[in-house]
Amino acid sequence: MELSLEKLKAREIGALIAAGDCTCAEVAEFFLNRIESLNPKINAFISFDRSAAMTRAERLDSLRKSGKSKLSPLYGVPVAFKDNMQLKGQPTTCASKILTGHIAVYDAGITIKCLDAGMIIVGKTNLDEFAMGSSNENSAYGPVRNPIDPSRVPGGSSGGSAAAVAAGMTPLAFGSDTGGSVRLPAAFCGIVGLRPSYGRISRYGLVAFASSLDQIGPFALDTKDMALVLKATAGYDRFDSTSVNQPVPDYYVSLEQGLKNLRIGIPREYFGEGIEKAVMEAIDDVIRGLRSERIELVDISLPTTKYCIAIYYIVANAEASSNLARYDGVKYGLRIDADSLIDMFCATRTSGFGSEVKRRIMLGTYVLSAGYYDAYYRRALKVRSLIRADFEEAFKKCDLIISPTSPSTAFAFGERTDDPLKMYLSDVFTVAAPLAGLPAISFPCGTDPSGLPIGLQLMGRYFDEESLLRGAYHIERMLARG
Amino acid sequence: MAEYEPVIALEMHAQLKTASKMFCACSASYGGSPNSQVCPICLGMPGTLPVLNKRAVEFAIRLVLATGGTVHPRSIFARKNYFYPDLPKGYQISQYEFPLATGGRISIDTEAGPKDIGLIRIHLEEDAGKSIHQENGESTLVDFNRCGVPLIEIVSKPDLRSPAEGHLFLLKLKQLVEYLDICTGNMEEGSLRCDANISIRPKGAEKFGTRCELKNMNSFRGVERALNYEIERQARILDSGGTIVQQTLLWDEKANVSMPMRSKEESHDYRYFPEPDLLYLDIGADWIEQIKSSMPELPLQRRLRFVEQYGLPAYDADVLTSSRSLADYFEAAAAVSADPKLTSNWIMTELMREIKETEISKIKITPENLGELLLMIKSGEISGKIAKDVFAEMVVSGKQPKAIVAGSGLTQISDESYIAQIIDRVISADPDNVKKYLSGKEGLFGFFVGQVMKETGGKANPTLVNKLLKAAFGRLGKK
Repeated sequence: MELSLEKLKAREIGALIAAGDCTCAEVAEFFLNRIESLNPKINAFISFDRSAAMTRAERLDSLRKSGKSKLSPLYGVPVAFKDNMQLKGQPTTCASKILTGHIAVYDAGITIKCLDAGMIIVGKTNLDEFAMGSSNENSAYGPVRNPIDPSRVPGGSSGGSAAAVAAGMTPLAFGSDTGGSVRLPAAFCGIVGLRPSYGRISRYGLVAFASSLDQIGPFALDTKDMALVLKATAGYDRFDSTSVNQPVPDYYVSLEQGLKNLRIGIPREYFGEGIEKAVMEAIDDVIRGLRSERIELVDISLPTTKYCIAIYYIVANAEASSNLARYDGVKYGLRIDADSLIDMFCATRTSGFGSEVKRRIMLGTYVLSAGYYDAYYRRALKVRSLIRADFEEAFKKCDLIISPTSPSTAFAFGERTDDPLKMYLSDVFTVAAPLAGLPAISFPCGTDPSGLPIGLQLMGRYFDEESLLRGAYHIERMLARG
Repeated sequence: MAEYEPVIALEMHAQLKTASKMFCACSASYGGSPNSQVCPICLGMPGTLPVLNKRAVEFAIRLVLATGGTVHPRSIFARKNYFYPDLPKGYQISQYEFPLATGGRISIDTEAGPKDIGLIRIHLEEDAGKSIHQENGESTLVDFNRCGVPLIEIVSKPDLRSPAEGHLFLLKLKQLVEYLDICTGNMEEGSLRCDANISIRPKGAEKFGTRCELKNMNSFRGVERALNYEIERQARILDSGGTIVQQTLLWDEKANVSMPMRSKEESHDYRYFPEPDLLYLDIGADWIEQIKSSMPELPLQRRLRFVEQYGLPAYDADVLTSSRSLADYFEAAAAVSADPKLTSNWIMTELMREIKETEISKIKITPENLGELLLMIKSGEISGKIAKDVFAEMVVSGKQPKAIVAGSGLTQISDESYIAQIIDRVISADPDNVKKYLSGKEGLFGFFVGQVMKETGGKANPTLVNKLLKAAFGRLGKK
């Protein structure tokens, strides 16, 4: 039988395997072949290890045959990791030259969760170097191309994971979201991307960019798959002190409740100038649809919205400047030898980091420096707590907050690379949730005239991924009905 | 030359003797082969995260409670950023704006009486690895075993007024951490480290002088020597009309001199900021109460107990409790000998003589064996004099006293008929002195005892000799 699985959802693949209609090995081989044939064009993967994936798939098959396999709806389902997550024995490059030759010596928390759920890790996906970027153009391994339109960026920084799922190279993938790095590429590539609450998924083994903002988040083809994969991978990890010990609800079961008893807030600050017409129309259509369904819609205000980008780039870069200090040529990865220790540090880091990473390290170093700390970093932390308070206030009036994911659809390569500030503004709607630690989801709500996907974002209360998924599922079905 | 008064503050680091490191499960013990006690976390591999060792916090709180400081309900870990090969993350996790504790004091006994030295703060941090510079100068190796070992930093107020006070203060701190069982207090192994801030001012002046920082002192005496050296250096500068430049100096223990650190190494901007990978350290009153109730006995309490429980003179109790290990030794030995005062006497004379040369942990005589030895004296098995010989042998071999005595025929002679025979021989050999004694010159009794002991090579039980000699003279007198 010639398999054709690329359009299937993760749960459908899981069901085929569970029913014995195909084996894990057949599924793995299908997707590995697809990665091999599509990757030269899309460049979604930095590495994939066919033999490791096949060995794993065969082992899953034999476990299943012997009746020892666990019951998991994702058993045998392929998944890809952004290449900033540790998978023992495989390279972890963070798309940076500075980690050349580095092989992971341990498994990330997310790796262990995926393996426990019976998934097959098919490869490591491309990203902006150290997850710094909004277009996936800052990769030492070349840019990722948007499968919808290869002349366009896939969004960043988890562009490889988003493109891989959108191109049917894997039904599921994980990215990391620091300021929008899961949601923006999900929007640009026309799939579902979720940033869980800070502490919902273990960060252990995720190479840190900005520790107080980083969250691992899944990509899926629809909300149902998202509910399943979140359920399988969320939860406390004793190796991550910032992960939270709270029970993980059965998100899949509660989806059917949709928006029942949930109110949606419309933040006026997210519907101002600078939004592309098609994007605005698509969101307006959704809001109109909800109104006609008599979903309660509430006008809300998030007054600190205008500070979010500035605060985000102070906090994120400050933490990054410290987190990236360990890449010094001493222990692993690249080393450029020099006459003195300090020269070796400088030569290694000068050669190993790309220009965007260097820019952010310098900005971050600056805002933490003696004499500037109070004016920048300390003040940013104060505003950050005001941003949190804004959301607390807003969530007294509503349960979910709706907005576009991005003011635009996928832009062309090179369009924003010369103007960092313009590039940073791609994140204008996505940075608030990380600053406040809140969960947010992006899912497709239409296309622009050139057929590029438009993403809709819902933000939810802290640790209320359940409502978020219910809302997304509700709107997804509403749009499918037309 | 003007007379100056030094103003000294000490900054000490104590390695906590927890089983595992501050933020990972690796062993925190000293002396493993290089890089044998490491894991991805303490090596700072990409993506790893710290998880706080609760025991380290508990140990630190013990010291705060023992010094009367305030444990803050919330303290915050911070990153201290700098580049060095033995610092694998490129930052040290420490505490900065919000330390674990502030305040408290340690009392030292100066010649002028007890003096309180105030503490500014006590905070938690992790140790760095160790750089080992190769002799050929071509390469540097790094041992990460020490990396992530828990440390507490203790900063004193500038209350110290002489190097001798500084030395006393350090000894007091060492005594305290030993008693609290939180640190081995060994400066040579680096488990206790000390930096100093020191300035001098004309005697009677109120204003502090410009201070310099002294680093790299690796022994208790080294601290005192370095401080003396620095006072002289600063005094020479002031006497010749110069001004003190604020700088950091490194003490060279071998050459007994200090050298300024290169300014490049000094000009750090550590860019401290709150550690986002750890939660705020919230310490509830109930936890503090729990630690309080399980605190080990402190030196003063133990001194009082020694007087009360063992009936020791205050002086003995003071000496015996000067270090926890000595006090432990005493209690273990006294438990066997069942004679606290005899045990104290032996420890304060014979054992202390040995400890002067080495450390108590390296003494081969176990306290149990010392107790056995004392029991043998008390039972009359050996004389006090022989016991000293046995003790000397125990120092060298660490053997049990019984084994030494049995192996060398040193056992005391308590055979009455044998001793009586010797006495008969001694008496009949010296009729003149016998006559003198019997006619009232009683002082000669000791002479006869000595003769008997000499005949037996000192092994005769002196009590028996006394008794039998008296009996023998009694018989002669009646005649």
